[in-house]
Amino acid sequence: MGKLLAALASGIVFGIGMAVSGMTSTKRVQDFLDLFGAWDPTLAFVMGGGLLVTTLGYRFVLRNPAPLFAGSFSLPTRTDIDKPLLIGATLFGIGWGLVGYCPGPALAGLTYGYAPTLAFIPAMIAGLLLAHRITAKPGGAALKPA
Amino acid sequence: MHHFVLAAIGGGLVGVAAVMMMALNGRIAGVSGILSGVFTQGAGERLWRLLFVLGIVLGGALPPLLNADFKAPVPGASVLLAVIGGLLVGFGTGLGSGCTSGHGICGIARLSKRSIIATLTFMAAGIVTVTLLRLTTGG
Repeated sequence: MGKLLAALASGIVFGIGMAVSGMTSTKRVQDFLDLFGAWDPTLAFVMGGGLLVTTLGYRFVLRNPAPLFAGSFSLPTRTDIDKPLLIGATLFGIGWGLVGYCPGPALAGLTYGYAPTLAFIPAMIAGLLLAHRITAKPGGAALKPA
Repeated sequence: MHHFVLAAIGGGLVGVAAVMMMALNGRIAGVSGILSGVFTQGAGERLWRLLFVLGIVLGGALPPLLNADFKAPVPGASVLLAVIGGLLVGFGTGLGSGCTSGHGICGIARLSKRSIIATLTFMAAGIVTVTLLRLTTGG
């Protein structure tokens, strides 16, 4: 029960952060990526605030032997730079630039009821499932969350 | 309040959410990976993921209730472009094991080499895309 409530609470704080930061505005995101045009640095402040809190917070949290509601920390262990990482990040960046949405802000903006948002989310889920089909090893574990 | 300040506060809240997820459940707060797992993981792994995703939807709805300025304007993309972009974002984050939150915040906070490279890559691809988009559409 604690694990479920923790996930819900973390999601709510995450979503509030998205809306307060302005990342739910696709124009603002595209203006940030428009480095050679009318550049808007706002998103750098979102990244900066997020990185500051997470870097400091992780330092304290990861000193503990285990999280509160699970037996151990589930941390990614891979360190290799492979083609799927580079190709995936490139395709993601293209889609991010085209629309101005990455996954978090699209979900946070769902209730605003805009047609492009309502079209983006199912397409994004379809893309995730397609990638999963391609990358899931036969009989092996599914995609590692990252 | 200046939007740079709000951006830093909002980013800080995303950090708080990421630290909560690690401290309480021992997980990276990566939206693409958690969302994918709602549909692809076994029964015991699905509900917490679904609740995290629902939490983001709910959380995003709250600030505009207090102040209408927090409600983002309608995206400029057409529905067709949104579908194409959505497919690229979903497939790309699935293949590349993460998005802005998983790689850009949680991964860089752990100084993960993969996440630093992934973040630089999607930032560069996004910059090139918006530059070309605005050159061709004149927007």
